[in-house]
Amino acid sequence: MTGNSSTHRLPSYLEYQGKYTGIRSWILSTDHKRIALLYLYSQIFFFLAGLVMGLFMKLELIAPGQQIMGPQAYNALFTVHGLTMIFLFIIPGLAASFGNFMIPIMIGAKDVAFPKLNLFSWYLFIAGAVIILVGIFSGDGPPDTGWTFYAPYSLKTNTNVVLSVFGAFVLGFSSILTGLNFIVTIHRMRAPGMGFFRMPLFIWSLYGTAWIQLLATPVVGITFLMVVADRLLDIGFFDPAKGGDPVLYQHLFWIYSHPAVYIMILPAMGAITEIIVTFSRRTVFGYKAIAMSSLAIAFVGYLVWGHHMFTSGMSETARLIFSFLTFLVAIPSAIKVFNWTATMYKGSISLEPPFWWAMAFIFIFMIGGLTGLILGSVSTDVHVHDTMFVVAHFHYIVFGGAGIAFFAALHYWYPKMFGKMYNKKIANWGLIGLFVGFNTTYLPMFFLGFMGMPRRYYDYLPQFADLNLLSTVGSWVMATSLLLVIVNLLRAKKGTPEEMDNPWGGRTLEWTIESPPSLENFEEIPVIDREPYELKSK
Amino acid sequence: MEQQHVAHTDHFDPVASKLGMWLFIFTEILLFGGLFIVYSVYRYKHPVEFHLAAEELDVTIGLINTIILLISSMTVAMSITALQLGNKKLTLILLGTTGLLALVFLVNKYFEWGAKIHHDIYPGSEFLLSLSKGDMLFFGLYFFMTGLHALHIIAGLALLGVAFFKVKNGSVNKDRISLLENGGLYWHLVDLIWIFLFPLFYLIH
Ligand code: HEM
Ligand SMILES: [Cu+2]
Repeated sequence: MTGNSSTHRLPSYLEYQGKYTGIRSWILSTDHKRIALLYLYSQIFFFLAGLVMGLFMKLELIAPGQQIMGPQAYNALFTVHGLTMIFLFIIPGLAASFGNFMIPIMIGAKDVAFPKLNLFSWYLFIAGAVIILVGIFSGDGPPDTGWTFYAPYSLKTNTNVVLSVFGAFVLGFSSILTGLNFIVTIHRMRAPGMGFFRMPLFIWSLYGTAWIQLLATPVVGITFLMVVADRLLDIGFFDPAKGGDPVLYQHLFWIYSHPAVYIMILPAMGAITEIIVTFSRRTVFGYKAIAMSSLAIAFVGYLVWGHHMFTSGMSETARLIFSFLTFLVAIPSAIKVFNWTATMYKGSISLEPPFWWAMAFIFIFMIGGLTGLILGSVSTDVHVHDTMFVVAHFHYIVFGGAGIAFFAALHYWYPKMFGKMYNKKIANWGLIGLFVGFNTTYLPMFFLGFMGMPRRYYDYLPQFADLNLLSTVGSWVMATSLLLVIVNLLRAKKGTPEEMDNPWGGRTLEWTIESPPSLENFEEIPVIDREPYELKSK
Repeated sequence: MEQQHVAHTDHFDPVASKLGMWLFIFTEILLFGGLFIVYSVYRYKHPVEFHLAAEELDVTIGLINTIILLISSMTVAMSITALQLGNKKLTLILLGTTGLLALVFLVNKYFEWGAKIHHDIYPGSEFLLSLSKGDMLFFGLYFFMTGLHALHIIAGLALLGVAFFKVKNGSVNKDRISLLENGGLYWHLVDLIWIFLFPLFYLIH
């Protein structure tokens, strides 16, 4: 395991000249690193598109009354914003981009188990995106159902629901195949000596995620197909006029879509673990607890979907059980937070940008998690259900949690992926701006929700004006800072191999090879004779 | 460098490909699992209508199709054994038989559906809309589930077709049998799902 000191360097995966050149060397490449970048760029593109939609919504909500758009446009906007952010940005999330890049490297392999399938998954991802896009601009206008496609409205609305639902189905297929590929890769491709309990914790989190992708996605897939069939063939699975049961739709939808939250957040937690261990300059506290909590979250997360339906019509017993299980699932999440803090305790922490991003994650994620308990207990949920409180809560989790972790990971692995270093000062200032902007945007929404402002309306009562104004201003701060962060990354400068190969003093395998890695990652498959975070490698 | 690269993409792990296939089969089972849940809920809600509607289906045709699929599962399993023993010709014959049986299944299905549609029983038909809610759901589920299953038959057929040609040109052989084995696994899955569909729609009264 040299690489650092070796004098000759192979061409990196970015320079490597294969069969194809130009754009085709990207979209026909089965190299997991290039596919990872394809995902990364597409996801960031969709994130920015969703961001713009979010800003327009916030602008509409700057004051009571109609500002820049009417109700129909607002309904379409929150639907497409939700679809984009959920299905095109954060469900592929850290797994598709950083997972694809890092899994083979961190387990000491040359690629994933099925490289062609990997590329095919990206094609499916793009195909799903295109189908949704066509759905937005064709037919009778963009869907206005919300990203949840609740029946019976999704069966009745005149807007173009079929294409969006079908696009989401295709995206689900892509997600399933990625999960499948990762599971097989982790089982079959680990380097000699790397037992399951010598894998970095990011890999453990992706392993749990992959199982959720595999086991939960088909359920929503078939549900979406049923919605399509209801609309096209008039079957009536979920149409009460034909005997169908809309509440059954909600069950099937959330059986997937709650676990989907863990598809978003588990890899995020995994990346945060890597960052904290590296910058604490200590070995991780409670390796097994963190690894197992990933699996526990994946498992218990399967059984809590009912907490989205406390007000939809369920028996009292069912509501109590779902509420109880929801509280249970908080435990493994908390285990992770405690282990992170314990890892930092007495560490000699190095305060680099990725570390600050990880701190922002923990802080925001905790607010998201604790407000989740308010939604998880039936009595309080009945009060805030379908209000801005919920909007605030899930933005704290999916954006403040998974989204910020996405950027944390990007700052952490950027030198490895591109062999370049960004300006650290600007990175920190960008984070501060984002942190302030984020909380200014979303914290007021908790209060608005408590005061009774419903979600999914383009207008509101005058008493909600002040907090909404504050929130809109916050969204500008947030967007500006994000722009700063991205420009700063784009302007990163090439560094020497000595600077780039291991700038943070990381101990996992990716830091033992060149930055950017060569086509096959390792000249020779390493033999693993140590724990993943052991301080001095022999 | 280039040399090494070729060697790597050529890297072939039969255990991995089988594991991948099994995982994919899980997802298929869950896909139909969602439908089985929907079926159970609606059957529970409309027991009488489901009972009466089920009597409209032709048990004989269903039974014939069940037997056809069971035999085809057997022939595909035998074709794998034949290839393991190195008998290429027999493999091809058995695979061809499997494909023929699948086609017969589809033809039967076509006539069965055709008869229903002829009697004005299909989703959204005026006649069906005039019946009870339970009837609408039963036939909606019937068409959707057997239709989805038929799509799987077609997919399986395509997979076995690829296997057939690869066996023929020798790229799937005794030592590299994964593709055929996986095709066979998939075919058993398609068969298995039918084994559940048949009693649910035709037999339970
Ligand atoms: C980047 C800045 C963002 C802004 C300004 C923003 C703003 C908003 C607003 C105003 C709403 C509609 C509230 C309502 O009227 O119900 C909304 C809904 C939503 N947002 Fe965001 N958001 C942002 C980022 C994100 C991210 C990163 C995600 C996910 C990863 C996300 C996921 C959602 C979802 C799922 C909905 C619900 C859509 C629905 O009701 O169907 N948002 N967002
Ligand atoms: Cu949930």
